[in-house]
Amino acid sequence: MLGLVWILSLNTQAIGGAPERGKSFAHVAEASWGKGLSTLLRIVRMTLRHPWQVAITIVSTFIAATLQLFIPRLLGRAIDQAQGVMVAGADAAAEHALWNTALILLVVSVLRGLFTMAQNYFGEAVGHRTGYELRLAFYEKIQRLSFSFHDKVHTGDLITLGLLDLDGVRMFFSTGILRVVLLGVLIGVGAYLLISTDLVLGLLSLSFVPFVAWRSSVTQLKLRSTWLTLQQRLSVLSRVMDENLGGIRVVRAFAAQRHELEKFDRAKQDALDLATERVDIRVSNTSAMNFSFLAAMGLVLWFGGQKVIAGQISVGTLAQFLTFMTILQMPVRQLGLMVNSFARASTCGTRLFELLDAELDIEDAPDAKDLVVNDGVLRFDNVGFRYAGAGRPTLSGISFEARSGETIGIVGPPGSGKSTIAHLIPRFYDVTSGAITIDGQDISKVTLQSLRKAVGVVQQDAFLFTTSIENNIAYGNPWARETRIGQAAEYAQLHNYIIGLPAGYTTVVGERGASLSGGQRQRLTIARSLMLRPSVLVFDDSTAAIDAGTEQRIRAAMKRFAKDRVTLIISHRLSSLMHADQILFVEGGRIVERGTHEELLALGGRYRALYDLQLRPDDDRPAAMGAA
Amino acid sequence: MSTQNDDEKEDTSGRPTKAVVGSHRDEEEVFGKAYDPRIVRRIWSFVKPYQGRIFISVAAVLVFTLTQLAIPLVIRYAIDHGMAAGRLDRSVMISATGAFAVIILINYAASYVQESVVGKVAENVLSDLRRAMFSHLQRVSLSFMDKTEVGRLMSRLQGDVNSMQEFLETSVMSVGDIVLLFGIVSVLLWLDFRLGLLTLSTMPVLFIVRLFWLPRAKVAFMAAHETNSIANGALAEGIHGVRTVQSLERQHVNFDLYDEKVLANLRAHLRSAKYAQVMVPIVDTLTGVAMATVIVVGGSMVLSHSLDVGIMVAFLFYIQRFFDPIRSLTMQYSVMQRAMASGQRISEVLDVPVDVSDKDGAVKLSRDMDGSVEFRNVTFGYRQNLPVLKNVSFRVNPGETVALVGPTGSGKSSSMALVHRFYDVWSGQVLVGGHDVRDLTQDSLGEQVAMVLQEPFLFSGSVLENIRYHKTVATREEVVRAAQAVGAHDFIEHLPNGYDTELEQRGGNLSLGQRQLISFARALVADAKILVLDEATASIDSYTEMLIQKALVKLLEGRTGLVIAHRLATIRGADRIIVLQNGEIVESGNHEQLMERKGLYARLYNMNYASFDDISEGELELDAAVGKAT
Repeated sequence: MLGLVWILSLNTQAIGGAPERGKSFAHVAEASWGKGLSTLLRIVRMTLRHPWQVAITIVSTFIAATLQLFIPRLLGRAIDQAQGVMVAGADAAAEHALWNTALILLVVSVLRGLFTMAQNYFGEAVGHRTGYELRLAFYEKIQRLSFSFHDKVHTGDLITLGLLDLDGVRMFFSTGILRVVLLGVLIGVGAYLLISTDLVLGLLSLSFVPFVAWRSSVTQLKLRSTWLTLQQRLSVLSRVMDENLGGIRVVRAFAAQRHELEKFDRAKQDALDLATERVDIRVSNTSAMNFSFLAAMGLVLWFGGQKVIAGQISVGTLAQFLTFMTILQMPVRQLGLMVNSFARASTCGTRLFELLDAELDIEDAPDAKDLVVNDGVLRFDNVGFRYAGAGRPTLSGISFEARSGETIGIVGPPGSGKSTIAHLIPRFYDVTSGAITIDGQDISKVTLQSLRKAVGVVQQDAFLFTTSIENNIAYGNPWARETRIGQAAEYAQLHNYIIGLPAGYTTVVGERGASLSGGQRQRLTIARSLMLRPSVLVFDDSTAAIDAGTEQRIRAAMKRFAKDRVTLIISHRLSSLMHADQILFVEGGRIVERGTHEELLALGGRYRALYDLQLRPDDDRPAAMGAA
Repeated sequence: MSTQNDDEKEDTSGRPTKAVVGSHRDEEEVFGKAYDPRIVRRIWSFVKPYQGRIFISVAAVLVFTLTQLAIPLVIRYAIDHGMAAGRLDRSVMISATGAFAVIILINYAASYVQESVVGKVAENVLSDLRRAMFSHLQRVSLSFMDKTEVGRLMSRLQGDVNSMQEFLETSVMSVGDIVLLFGIVSVLLWLDFRLGLLTLSTMPVLFIVRLFWLPRAKVAFMAAHETNSIANGALAEGIHGVRTVQSLERQHVNFDLYDEKVLANLRAHLRSAKYAQVMVPIVDTLTGVAMATVIVVGGSMVLSHSLDVGIMVAFLFYIQRFFDPIRSLTMQYSVMQRAMASGQRISEVLDVPVDVSDKDGAVKLSRDMDGSVEFRNVTFGYRQNLPVLKNVSFRVNPGETVALVGPTGSGKSSSMALVHRFYDVWSGQVLVGGHDVRDLTQDSLGEQVAMVLQEPFLFSGSVLENIRYHKTVATREEVVRAAQAVGAHDFIEHLPNGYDTELEQRGGNLSLGQRQLISFARALVADAKILVLDEATASIDSYTEMLIQKALVKLLEGRTGLVIAHRLATIRGADRIIVLQNGEIVESGNHEQLMERKGLYARLYNMNYASFDDISEGELELDAAVGKAT
């Protein structure tokens, strides 16, 4: 237990010195030993979910290590037998004794091999099974954490958490716990055997252990903290390369190759310097460990030799000590890795568990019922909203009502809070005050699933998945038939484009697929939302990249179905929403003007000003848009 | 409604047919030929500058291996000459221990030199390699860059370079392994030929076993690796797309699909663990057999005094080291295969031809040139026989602003790229300031021709650094002046740290309009005589839009401007409009003239599009009809 506390204290030192990567998880680095300890215990409890495999692994480790300790004994005995030290009398008896020892040795070797195999295999298996469970738990949690969580935390940090930190926890069983058992048996039982055979030689042969253990622990922790720094420097380097290649046209346009190379060289040199430094740390450690081991061997040879000459021990016993040392050498050198594994598991685990334990701020109320939509009346009742940590409320006193078949337009300057309105309806965020109801049912009291199936939000810069166009459109309804997918694409004015592609609907798009223009992406997103047949459909500034003509056609196509749903159009382009039944002008989080297009124009307020601003450059054009 | 009935027939209980999580990336060839002289020569050219150090490290490896071989021999000597029955001799013990001390000191030094030199050389070589690739990519033709994904290049620069590092480090170690293997064999045979031969007979067994094992194990290892990257890809996708997943309620479907991938990964890992671990009892058994042989055969030889007991001890020591070199050498084979595959890909990058480069005797474009741009019978394209520009000729006079207008694919962007000599023309000439761009140095051309791209690309770093990207010597005042001129000053001042605010990757913390304004300021600081500008198509909120229009006027003041225009306001503000279609100039003149002609321009203009660029050729007819209908 003392050792564990020591390891944890080393760990906090090492990590405290390293720069942090995640902002929101930074405080974990200063986690107390107590926290680290409880994390490790929790990992142990997790591995105990596979009690049989854990038991097999630990028992195998015990047996394999014990068997290994027999080998030097047997070798020593054989050497003595060969010299006729142990068997007085006939050569035949001596030979028989040799045969005996050889056979035992063979059996011990085979068994040791088999148990080591079992130890390693089941050790890995327990780790991988735990990893499997953690991965699923992590994935599920990520998918359920609310938008406010995802706003705070960088995606890069989450990915690191799910890959590297999770690995640190997964590997704790085989690289941490098992090594403790292995080293405990080897050093404990080994020391007992050696010292009980000969006190002085026993102590001498173990003399390298504390030094090597200390060196290797310190080095590993140092390597670990420099590793974190190195990763940062490497990520700077890769950012330089990535931006350069992504922005190669800008680089060329400004003839900035030389400047870019300088930037690269600086980042490269930073990484190289540290990498070289790490080579030094590593190498000075390995050679020092080697040396101390060999020096101890030399001492055993010298003092052991004296004892042999003095007749106190046999040559076989000396050989036994020497082979013991070679067996002990490897695991002792790996002690540093064990320490590292503890350090890693406690920081990684603390970070990971913090996420797994994070509270879901948006989830089903305890007695939530499914949303039932009949008339389809959406009501905002004096709704106020403030983002967590923000000083001023983003929205206040928002009230309006929309009936099925109606279209509401929301317009306002950037940052006025108009997009936030869209995010409140499917409960991406919860209102701070007031209530939103659909057909009289408070949305915070219905199940999330039924609510989100009923509310479709077409987002501004929607994420496309790297899969076929078809799968992307059917994302919310992956059981959909092809005819429906085609229909949705037609409404979104995308069908003609898709069938013109060589692979049609099976063309892969997304990050690594064919590139779509901004407008095409937005049209795909519209098609995707239409697949849900939502009762409330919200366009969150999602036609900005679509030209006015196409937008008109989309609107015309959807008109046929608009009577079954409430449509909310949020836009800064007046032509997108001037046809709405009601237009809300939002500024500073409040509705400052409301009415139809004509009413608002007549009012001569902010809406009118915006209208003039947008239309002025083209005021001599045929007034097609106003008429539409 | 008929569609409503459709919906009811959809069975949502079974496995969704249209769903996947994560995408399957085509894995690149991981293993190549184990040895390819061409690639080895190429890589060697990077190692060559360090050959002195490589020589030292190989020498150190040899010395290190020899000391390892010597240690059991010293023990043998001490036993046989100092402590064997009837031959007790303290002076031998002194010399043996002395020799031991000397050997371990040499061992210490050699091990330090070997690892440190190899480690550092490998780090340096890979750094050089990466730089060579990076600097080559700065010069290769843009058409190569256009058709190559950035991610793919990054994996060359990172993954492939890293696997070369592994190779470099292990190759020197393999020299040691080979020496150790031959050393042990010779020492054993030298100590006692018969016993040596008998003991060594286990070695080929392991060798054969590994030959059979390796290809199968490799498949299992690869599968584990691949399923792992698939599962990780799915996780990354889940994180990036989480907002979409939640808004479309896909959590449950995705969870099941992810479970499948992770489970497949678990299975593959267990399988590969089986393959890795099955070798353990085999090696242990063979070691046991070898030791038993020494005990039985060697032991009875010792009994009959035909063998010194020290030799028997030495044999037992050597046996414990016996199988290590075989194990690492067979592994080295895979490392080499991997390195060759990576080396192949690295060479491919280094071999990409540079087709646009300064010719011998290229002159500098002087700042005093008149600032005119002229296309003379230019024909150009990206793919053979598919010209994008056909015999295009026009001239932009000094100080004039010309708008290029036309549907997608009409050749506007290509014209712009040619002014900057991103590509070379097939035939004809592009002249800047009266000089053929091919006679000018690219650097001086870049200084006189500023470019604003449609998608404003910003680099990570502060706002200040971004604005003076082209002219790093520009003072803070110059930068502020430029920002004020384009109307970006106000919002920059409102950022948390003003001009020193660090931009997130690609300026993610700014809106599109703001990025646009910064890229204008950047071009203004560059202060070039000629400005080539590709206007953004995406609609920007009206407030920022207004700023941008004003900035544009400022930017074009006193400069020759070639603008790919989408906004009607910009087009009408131009001195002259050139209408391109299918790579040919179909009309040219000012707004009024063109409207009178009632040609393509007039038609485009009357279609009420926010931008001309969004209209494809095919849609042209259709849209005309729809436009009239509404």
